[in-house]
Amino acid sequence: MAGPIRFTLNGDALTLPAGTSPTMTLLDWLRGPGRLPGTKEGCAEGDCGACTVVLENPDGTRTPVNACLMLLGQATGRAIRTVEGLRGEDGGAHPVQQALAAHDGTQCGFCTPGIVMSAWAWTRGGGDPHEALAGNLCRCTGYRPILDAMAAMEDDGAPPPLAPDAPRAIVAGSQRFFLPQAPEEALALRAAHPGAWLLAGGTDLGLRVSEHREAPETVICLLGVPRWRRIEVTADGILAGAAASYARLLDACAGDADFAPVAALLRRLGSRQIRGMGTLGGNLGTASPIGDALPPLIALGARVTLASVRGEREMAVEDFLTGYRATALAADEIVTRVLLPRPPKGALLTCEKLSKRHDQDIATVGLSVLLTFADGVLAAARVAHGGCGPRAARAPGAEAALIGAPFDVAAAERAARALEREVTPMSDLRGSAAYRRRAVGNLLRRMALRRVGVPPEVMALDAPGVVA
Amino acid sequence: MTTGVPVPHDNALAHCTGAARFADDLPEPPGLLHAALVLSPVAHGVLGAIDAPPGVIVLTARDVPGTNDISASGKGGEPLFAEASVQHHGQPIAMVLAETRDAALRAAAAVRCAISPLPALLDMEEAIARESFLMPPQVVARGDAASAIGTAPLRAEGTFRAGGQEHFYLESQVAIAVPGEDGEIAITSSTQHPTEVQHIAGRVLGIDYTRLPVTCRRMGGGFGGKESNASWIAAAAALGAWRTGRPVKLRLARKADMAATGKRHPFLFRWRAGFDASGRVLGLEATLAADGGHSLDLTPGVVFRAITHALNCYDVPAVRITAMALRTNTVSHTAFRGFGGPQGVLLMEDVIRGVARGTGLAPETVRERNFAGGPNDTLTPYGQALEGDLIRRVWAECRQDAEWDRRRAEIAAFNATHPFIRRGLGSFALAFGISFGVRHLNQAGALVHVYTDGSIRLNHGGTEMGQGLNVKVAQVVAESFGVPLDRVRITATSTAEVPNTAPTAASTGSDLNGWAAHRAATTIRGRMAEVAGALWEVPAEEVRFAEGRVFVARPGDNRAMGFADLAHRCWMERVSLSATGFYRTPDIHWDPATMTGEPFFYFSYGASVAEVAVDLLTGEHRVLRADLVQDCGRSLNPAIDRGQIEGAFVQGMGWLTCEELYWDAEGRQRTLGPSTYKIPGSRDVPPVFNVRLLQDAPARQDTIFRSKAVGEPPLMLATAVWNAILDATGLDRIDLPATPDRILTALSARGS
Repeated sequence: MAGPIRFTLNGDALTLPAGTSPTMTLLDWLRGPGRLPGTKEGCAEGDCGACTVVLENPDGTRTPVNACLMLLGQATGRAIRTVEGLRGEDGGAHPVQQALAAHDGTQCGFCTPGIVMSAWAWTRGGGDPHEALAGNLCRCTGYRPILDAMAAMEDDGAPPPLAPDAPRAIVAGSQRFFLPQAPEEALALRAAHPGAWLLAGGTDLGLRVSEHREAPETVICLLGVPRWRRIEVTADGILAGAAASYARLLDACAGDADFAPVAALLRRLGSRQIRGMGTLGGNLGTASPIGDALPPLIALGARVTLASVRGEREMAVEDFLTGYRATALAADEIVTRVLLPRPPKGALLTCEKLSKRHDQDIATVGLSVLLTFADGVLAAARVAHGGCGPRAARAPGAEAALIGAPFDVAAAERAARALEREVTPMSDLRGSAAYRRRAVGNLLRRMALRRVGVPPEVMALDAPGVVA
Repeated sequence: MTTGVPVPHDNALAHCTGAARFADDLPEPPGLLHAALVLSPVAHGVLGAIDAPPGVIVLTARDVPGTNDISASGKGGEPLFAEASVQHHGQPIAMVLAETRDAALRAAAAVRCAISPLPALLDMEEAIARESFLMPPQVVARGDAASAIGTAPLRAEGTFRAGGQEHFYLESQVAIAVPGEDGEIAITSSTQHPTEVQHIAGRVLGIDYTRLPVTCRRMGGGFGGKESNASWIAAAAALGAWRTGRPVKLRLARKADMAATGKRHPFLFRWRAGFDASGRVLGLEATLAADGGHSLDLTPGVVFRAITHALNCYDVPAVRITAMALRTNTVSHTAFRGFGGPQGVLLMEDVIRGVARGTGLAPETVRERNFAGGPNDTLTPYGQALEGDLIRRVWAECRQDAEWDRRRAEIAAFNATHPFIRRGLGSFALAFGISFGVRHLNQAGALVHVYTDGSIRLNHGGTEMGQGLNVKVAQVVAESFGVPLDRVRITATSTAEVPNTAPTAASTGSDLNGWAAHRAATTIRGRMAEVAGALWEVPAEEVRFAEGRVFVARPGDNRAMGFADLAHRCWMERVSLSATGFYRTPDIHWDPATMTGEPFFYFSYGASVAEVAVDLLTGEHRVLRADLVQDCGRSLNPAIDRGQIEGAFVQGMGWLTCEELYWDAEGRQRTLGPSTYKIPGSRDVPPVFNVRLLQDAPARQDTIFRSKAVGEPPLMLATAVWNAILDATGLDRIDLPATPDRILTALSARGS
């Protein structure tokens, strides 16, 4: 059952020596024992993208990830490509690398390997190039030549190499890194190791290794439990396994018109690298007051399922979040799935986020609103805010101000005033309390103004790619 | 011709394949120890005992064998490791050495420092009130500004602030020190100033510079952040190597880098002006206060550039500008692309807007009315002439490129109908002085070898941080020898090859090193011409070098040989094929007593127009279009120069909009990583981004092949974005960076 760390690197199967710590970051391994220093460390917090490598998935898709946040235990059983592993047919530079060089897309060159890898993944996955680059910072070029180079790139058609099977556990010294596959197995491990790190994408926990150099004794990694990775779209809504990546949740939301506002918000959640690994379960477990996904979940009336060897229970997301980074999760429980209910026909859903930078920024303020109408007046209103108090929460005052009336500018004004009164934001590096209070109210006002008809080009500010 | 053509960066492909090695990528020498810094957790306090876990090597101020002083000025007061007191959050107190980086970082976190906190001076207003100065205030004055303001028909005044800026070079600070024979410690440093690394390490260790060879192949970005700050990082690594006899690497984690190294100086501005109804400014009094942080560092130079650029490209007959350098309990602020210039040129923008409000004229009309030259004076208040025709040329061409009048009308129509989005147009024009403000830094050396196969090895004192300096200098050398560019091999900057260099800074890299390399090449070419002339029995002056061949410049004379053949012949004739070249910028002078002189070799000119959209409900904004015209003289490499212009503009935009440094009430920096400090991303770049190099404008001064510097000036072109945001919102004042918070707060205060 226990076995070594094994993955495919640049097409070659690799087994790491026994004793290699499964909580070493992939980046530290690549640059150290792996002797592949092409992948750079720019920030070690998953925000700059200099360490971007690509997971070559069995279905042929490619997932860019931050090697600084990925632990060797998570890399186990995967096929990974680094900048050194990109080659053209003649063995020289890959066409993606050639294009970036030919378009003057490098200056200092330090961010470049990460940009090459994000671009290579994008040549297959496609989509908005800005979205593909959101997780890659360049301080030299101003990005224009990089975007020009991307316009000249195409998919090389290369199939993914085989990835080895992952063992169910990796043991190194006193460290144990469990990779359960069956839910029961995971729940039993959780019951036996209540102090273990419960790790899914690792985009938050990974920081404790990458930045704070922690070496947890016991980790239970949920990425290998297929049932908790599943996403089902049904007439009732979207049932998302808690360990499914945001990238797949985004695909599901983008493919369902009822969830388009959620998709628009998810496109701004982290970057493709973060979304490739990060999960709803992680966002819920962290319970940060500025977690991007929490206000939409609350507005939708999402329900979360918690499981343990004792059984399952289900609760509303707003009840699950009990305080600042605090949840109702018991020591032996695991968040297993989240139901995002389908908005009723004719309902109005908006999912907004304000931040200093449009892409890949943590929210200063979040506001998600679901309005349900009957006979032209509001029958139900769910107003959920983030960044305006110790936890993401509903705004009962604003909701009460809306119900029973048509949703117009005057109603939004009443509700916005109530909202501004009931939130309790603080001042910090992301914004002042006064700003947060005013802005969260204005997001509600803006929702009403948009409804009465606004020229489409103003969407430039919040609809990616419209102007570009 | 190998200059004037758009050649890609010499390492472009190596960057893309991951083959380009940065300092931390080099194979680690056997026995290498990893270092980590212990930083002050408080902004100000009395330092007591330092307790380390057992078995950990900890170096503190007491372990410094030479002088515990890293001041670039040599004036002291800037310890490598804190002694007796800590003066800012993030100040280095000690350094830990361990076998692995993990062990070093963990041990550094476990070191306990007893610090009795003292009140921290953090606010610029308070520092002014308490006269907490790093140096005496400087004044540039001409005429009687107070009377001119007093007698002017109209008056206005203003005050505003601009924040600092983190460099956020993608490669954090790093140095490796390797002990060798006879007390030598070889340093590999990611530095813009290898010579200063050598000097500071020599001072800290108390050993000769000859024992401290310093090399730098490339940096992963610098932007001024690796000018003085790289020196103490390297000195610390050298101290570790000196103490242990083992190689030591000090690479700062991003948070440590952002906490311990200086940033662009925050500034506070106050001014009052007198003007007439035509918008002509008659008198101006202004105070520019720079927050220097806790120590001097390069602040005198930053203040000098701010004060000499406070009038930018404008003429004001009577002016008095006072510049202060404030001492606060924050990290010591340092060089950052523009070096006080970007802050200095903000002054006239606020004045122009104030005059526009006072007269009812458009800011652009006020701008034109006050440009230096034309009907106005060309002399700056410190006595150096600007080229008024070039100011007007870049301005006129930029306005035309930007289709100003048409878009003005279009935007007005849009704004009249939209409920909460406002678009706005802003402009800017620039005159930026090129040369180091410190006269002795305006020198450079180069070393060129020609080998007998005709290949050429180039070394110069400049450093490569991505700006394309190496390829530009190589282009100069290739042109000097008349050979293809691929015959010239660029090598790592080394104090052992070219000594006593200036930093690669102040936009002067290609100006200084291009000339030095050209002179070295010309010396060798002269010797080679003598050999060819003797062979062909023609005067050396008639021997020409072009396209990899050497020939006689005489009609009907077809004698020629390959460049390599001549190189080999020179060797056979026992003629040296190696030469140094040296250059010093001519004709620059400055009198600090009168604050007058001609400190700049020439000025670089530029103009910009930006359009933004602002959401009045949230303060979110976006630059929709930018049009830039930048004077690069006769560009050595238009592709490299365009890259500098675009990158600098976006970096400037970041400084003015989204890049906000945040210190909490206790003086702790809270923006210590890209998750909290937001530099522009690709979507923030204007979707319509028209960048043009001014054509047919060779430098009038004797610059290298009549080119002009480009590193810093275009950063300031982003100032148009600030003006556009103010235009869109109709606000009188928005401090910088103009974050959504600041914009909405200002709008709310106005009651809209």
